[in-house]
Amino acid sequence: MSIVIYAETENGKFKKTAFELASYGRAIADQSGTPLLAVTINQDDTEELARYGVDKVIKVNDVAFEEFTAQSYAEVVSTIAKENNANIIVLSSSANAKYIAPLVAVSLSAGYASNVVALPDSLAPLTLKRSCFTNKAFNTTSLVSGVNIIGLSNNSYGIKEHPSSAMETTNSSVSLSTSSLKVENIDKVVGKVTIADADVVVSGGRGLKGPENWYLIEDLAETLGAATACSKPVSDMGWRPHSEHVGQTGKPVASNLYIAIGVSGAIQHLAGINSSKVKVVVNIDPEAPFFKAADYGIVGDAFEVVPQLIEKLRAFKSS
Amino acid sequence: MKILVCISHVPDTTSKINFVNDESAFDTNGVQFIINPNDEFGLTRAIWMQQKHQAEVTVLTVGDINCEPTLRKCLAIGANKAFRIDMQPTDGFQVAQEIAAHCKKESYDLIIAGRESIDYNGAMVPGMIAGLLNYNFVTNCTSLEVEGNHATASREIDGGIENVSCELPLVIGAQKGLVEEKDLIIPNMRGIMQARQKPLEVIPATDSVAKSSILKFEKPAPKGAVKLIDADNIDLLIDLLHNEAKVI
Ligand SMILES: Cc1cc2nc3c(=O)[nH]c(=O)nc-3n(C[C@H](O)[C@H](O)[C@H](O)COP(=O)(O)OP(=O)(O)OC[C@H]3O[C@@H](n4cnc5c(N)ncnc54)[C@H](O)[C@@H]3O)c2cc1C
Ligand SMILES: Nc1ncnc2c1ncn2[C@@H]1O[C@H](COP(=O)(O)O)[C@@H](O)[C@H]1O
Repeated sequence: MSIVIYAETENGKFKKTAFELASYGRAIADQSGTPLLAVTINQDDTEELARYGVDKVIKVNDVAFEEFTAQSYAEVVSTIAKENNANIIVLSSSANAKYIAPLVAVSLSAGYASNVVALPDSLAPLTLKRSCFTNKAFNTTSLVSGVNIIGLSNNSYGIKEHPSSAMETTNSSVSLSTSSLKVENIDKVVGKVTIADADVVVSGGRGLKGPENWYLIEDLAETLGAATACSKPVSDMGWRPHSEHVGQTGKPVASNLYIAIGVSGAIQHLAGINSSKVKVVVNIDPEAPFFKAADYGIVGDAFEVVPQLIEKLRAFKSS
Repeated sequence: MKILVCISHVPDTTSKINFVNDESAFDTNGVQFIINPNDEFGLTRAIWMQQKHQAEVTVLTVGDINCEPTLRKCLAIGANKAFRIDMQPTDGFQVAQEIAAHCKKESYDLIIAGRESIDYNGAMVPGMIAGLLNYNFVTNCTSLEVEGNHATASREIDGGIENVSCELPLVIGAQKGLVEEKDLIIPNMRGIMQARQKPLEVIPATDSVAKSSILKFEKPAPKGAVKLIDADNIDLLIDLLHNEAKVI
């Protein structure tokens, strides 16, 4: 038996979630006394994984996997899991990982629990705490198959160092079945922090009055190295792109810090951002529901508070 | 073209979430149920194809009789017919097995499900249907065009958009963008009247088995009160974020 994680990379570097999965996988491996294996795809340098307790890296390097497709990456993960007799596979909550997880589950006839927020309560049967109802509640799910997949919520376990004395590395190949699905092109902003990967997210609501005022959100985000987000009406009105819409029907946010400017804090908005660790609100109305959900709040006019906040943060960052 | 739209019947987004039976079940008391928002975007896109390509749009839910008003609403929005697979599913795997078994009989060209449901947030069912049927699959789908047997679709990825093309049959996980909020169809009186005459067939479940079960639910621990900081004292906020919360 073994624990297998899929350690995601981007542009030749591991994503932060790869280290979180390794840390989490290590803890389960210790509990169960089984080795922790990591699958990487087209990644040459994998040494960094040793710092988080991976026993063995299985590298699949092949031009056939240059482009991500769910089917081919799912086949890699399932094949490696099968070959290594994995009983637990841990995947992240990135868009790609959530895309492949159900396919891997079918191919391994495995149980699958997504949105897992903690280490297992028990290993036999595998019992897991998961968020549900868009973070309005949690449930405890018991998985009854011999092979199971854990979809770990980003930023829920954290990164824990656990140097391995001797991490092994091997190469493996996986043959692909054919598919008519072709990636035609990818339109991706380069060099911008994404909501999924950001430690800090700065979000603007209707209180900003119009798209011309978004320089406030962008400047604040830039000062903090943060991703920008918005409420649903803001994206519905076309002030900001859909990809920035966060909440129950938009993207989930699980950052360390979430700063909301001129957002009222409707239940559907809060549901999607609730798993952020620390929440700050700036709103002119002391009765805005966001104040009930936030850790820190300023009652004030965004047009006065935000410029000062940017100025003082810049001074703080350069000190 | 035959299109299937998988409909998940979920509590309204404003619902207060409570549990009963020793916290083992969701309390449906006083809860208004709606079409899962992602499914509604998908259904609207399907209705456009019905108008443009004379596609036949079928809606399906795996659930008990309480789901029928939701299916009727889909018929009022414009779906041609509805199926209800009569069971209370235990997990997403079981739902996907039931839907896949039905699809094997009906041979749909396009299967539309939501990217995720807002109750269990599994994001499991569409991918599992695709896996079980060995169909192409595009989730987080923000645009879809079909010409003959060929589809082009876009998928939202972290930080951008990916454009793909493939042959039918195809399963998509729908989300906003596929159609806009303002495009959602509100059933009119005529639609509601017609929906009463449209077929809603109840079919028995197969012998699918679940691979997981929920033992109990809990609500998040209550939050402490917000710390209010004076608008003239932004230094204090920075100090708290740095020294107390340790997030900057
Ligand atoms: C099915 C459904 C799904 C939904 N899903 C989502 C979702 O996923 N995400 C989401 O965000 N919403 C969602 N909503 C919408 C949600 O109910 C709210 O309407 C929305 O979140 C409100 O956006 P807002 O806070 O930007 O705007 P408003 O509610 O208009 O709030 C603006 C706020 O700005 C404040 N303000 C005004 N001027 C200033 C100023 N000068 N300085 C500081 N503050 C100021 C006001 O006091 C107010 O609190 C959904 C709704 C439905 C029905
Ligand atoms: N009981 C069900 N009946 C029909 N379709 C469902 C059911 N549950 C989930 N789905 C479909 O699968 C999508 C994703 O659901 P989930 O995997 O639960 O997040 C939903 O948006 C629906 O389209």
